[in-house]
Amino acid sequence: MLDYAWLVLLFPLVGVILNALFGRRLGKRGAGVLASAMVGLSFVGSVLLLVALLGREETDRYVIRRLFDWISVGDFHVQVSLLVDPLSTLMATVVSGVSFVIHIYSIGYMADDERFVRYFAYLNLFVFAMLTLVLSENLLVTYVGWEGVGLCSYLLIGFWFERKSAADAGKKAFLVNRVGDVGFALGLILIFITFGSLSMGMVLEQGPAAGVSSGVATAIALLLLLGAVGKSAQIPLYVWLPDAMEGPTPVSALIHAATMVTAGVYMVARTHALFQLSTSAMTWVAAIGGVTAFFAATIALTQHDLKRVLAYSTISQLGYMFLGVGVGAYAAGIFHLTTHAFFKALLFLAAGSVMHALAGELDIRKMGGLKGKIPVTYWTFLIAALAIAGFPGLAGFFSKDEILWRTFLQTKVLWALALLTAGLTAFYIFRLVFSVFHGKSRVDKKVASHVHESPKVMTVPMMVLAALSVVGGYIGVPKILGGGNWIEHFLDGSLGWHLPTLTLTGAAHGTVSQEWTLLAVSVAVALAGIGLAYVFYVRKPDLPMRTAKSLGGLYTLVYNKYYVDELYMGAIVKPLKDVAGFLAARVDGPIIDGIVEGIGALVAAVGRGLQQLQTGLVRNYALGILLGAVLMLVYALVR
Amino acid sequence: MLTSLHYFILSGILFTIGAVGVLVRRNEIVMFMCVEMMLNAANLSLIAFSRYLNSVDGQMLVLLVMAVAAAEVVVGLAILVALYRLRPTVDVDDMNELKG
Repeated sequence: MLDYAWLVLLFPLVGVILNALFGRRLGKRGAGVLASAMVGLSFVGSVLLLVALLGREETDRYVIRRLFDWISVGDFHVQVSLLVDPLSTLMATVVSGVSFVIHIYSIGYMADDERFVRYFAYLNLFVFAMLTLVLSENLLVTYVGWEGVGLCSYLLIGFWFERKSAADAGKKAFLVNRVGDVGFALGLILIFITFGSLSMGMVLEQGPAAGVSSGVATAIALLLLLGAVGKSAQIPLYVWLPDAMEGPTPVSALIHAATMVTAGVYMVARTHALFQLSTSAMTWVAAIGGVTAFFAATIALTQHDLKRVLAYSTISQLGYMFLGVGVGAYAAGIFHLTTHAFFKALLFLAAGSVMHALAGELDIRKMGGLKGKIPVTYWTFLIAALAIAGFPGLAGFFSKDEILWRTFLQTKVLWALALLTAGLTAFYIFRLVFSVFHGKSRVDKKVASHVHESPKVMTVPMMVLAALSVVGGYIGVPKILGGGNWIEHFLDGSLGWHLPTLTLTGAAHGTVSQEWTLLAVSVAVALAGIGLAYVFYVRKPDLPMRTAKSLGGLYTLVYNKYYVDELYMGAIVKPLKDVAGFLAARVDGPIIDGIVEGIGALVAAVGRGLQQLQTGLVRNYALGILLGAVLMLVYALVR
Repeated sequence: MLTSLHYFILSGILFTIGAVGVLVRRNEIVMFMCVEMMLNAANLSLIAFSRYLNSVDGQMLVLLVMAVAAAEVVVGLAILVALYRLRPTVDVDDMNELKG
């Protein structure tokens, strides 16, 4: 099987090509089924790779399959190879599995859309790019996948491009991503200069040993971090993700919750050997993650748009993942990535289902009392909400707790912040649950009569993800609860390399009783969050309004997302636009166009001059002939 | 004492008169006659050479030139007649449609 790893990448690519060329002929059903089938085959392939890997000895799980040579210039060689190891197979399985489920959901969700076929072509292209990113052995090929997913994100966010806000959101996402990508590219260049190769195996093997100065290591790590920050929507490059909600909801579920945004976390985990060479870089990773998690959670508390709340929630949870990898708990970060993919995708799909029932309504102030009317949506949403809140037993509980525990061992400050964020998470997600599904119905009268549950093609995928949100956590049950923390063990093959005792503050192990205490505290905080939300949104529905009023300016600040978008617009976007406008009007117009047009005018003038010779009079032409003959004669005589 | 030089000078003068005539005269038929004059000046020159070099080649060439002249006149006059049918004028300056 390992020799056929490339098939996993091939299937979605074939899907794109077939849909692009023959999609119209296949019709909506055909195109949708084809695209889903292709991703399904990729999923099967990924699982088979995983199984094949498990069948090998633990030390033998770093498999490379060379595909072809891409670049060979002087000292610069880039081979396109696939890396099959625990981390990449896990990622590939999660990506293809969640994609498959969402493809099926999309068949139902996008059923009425004219550009149905194009949607599926883009979606398949995305899966191809993401799998390339995850399975690549060479950092440059990873970068290709990285850019590819950015492109697909742009295409899919701006899918309904007739809407200006959607087109703008697509542009914003791409441009902000690009800023991060500059960092990534510079990091790659620096890696090549330092190590002479972009092959991950070489870099990670030589990395710690190469005697790289900590300055260079920090520079590389920070540049790579910049790329990760852009792709994974952390501070300061997160602003594109809330706007990205303009795209179709399945896109939000797949790209902006489960897969693309996790690429940054994956990248940091993958190159962890480089990051470990620099304590300051690790500190940055953890700090950015922790602060972003808290920051985004506060904003999520105030938003009224269902998808925006989920978007900020995603940013916040990504912050958790960054926090995890920042404190050296790489496996925990990836574990959370996996569980988050399940319940966040589900949250989005359920939100899409709610929107489907309410004819596109997004404002939670216009919802309520939907529990009885759309039961499947309600129950799946509830399960996902419990998972993200960290309710004991569900997926999110295990992964979030692992991160909290490992953070506690390194830095109490970030742990406290993360714990507070956990409470906020529970609160805002149940704010959604209670506002949307419980209480009195605030739904618009016209819409209320049409409220209906979504078709099976949408609800079955949601149920699958709900099941995963429940059982997905059991691959990482910590020792104190009787499990073997299987996932940490499994990922050791990829993430345990060269793991010296490099830590942020020095403490590496805690006591069992500490761990139990922390567990209890986390659970208490989660339950408190849920309970508080219950009070605010079910018991005393006027309490939110009163609290908002009493907080006055602070509330306005948070509600307006801390005015960050306005800040960026004023400090960066507008000046750039002004410079561009100036250059266009004063340089491009008069000078460049002037030169080009000037040459044209010159030619025309010469032509007009020569035109004088064309008098039409035969005698003038005769004179010309005579003069020419005389000149030739003279020339012949003189020579 | 007529030397070959005299013949050549005469030929040159005739040629020049013909050339200037072509350039200066406005009547097409007169222009044709001037062209004929240029051809005949060349003929004269050829005959003179033939005589003073004792070679028949010059005379052979003259016969050819005359044939060409005749053919040329035929074509030229045909064009002229066609033009006259278009516009009842023999003034060459009126045929300036190719101006520009």
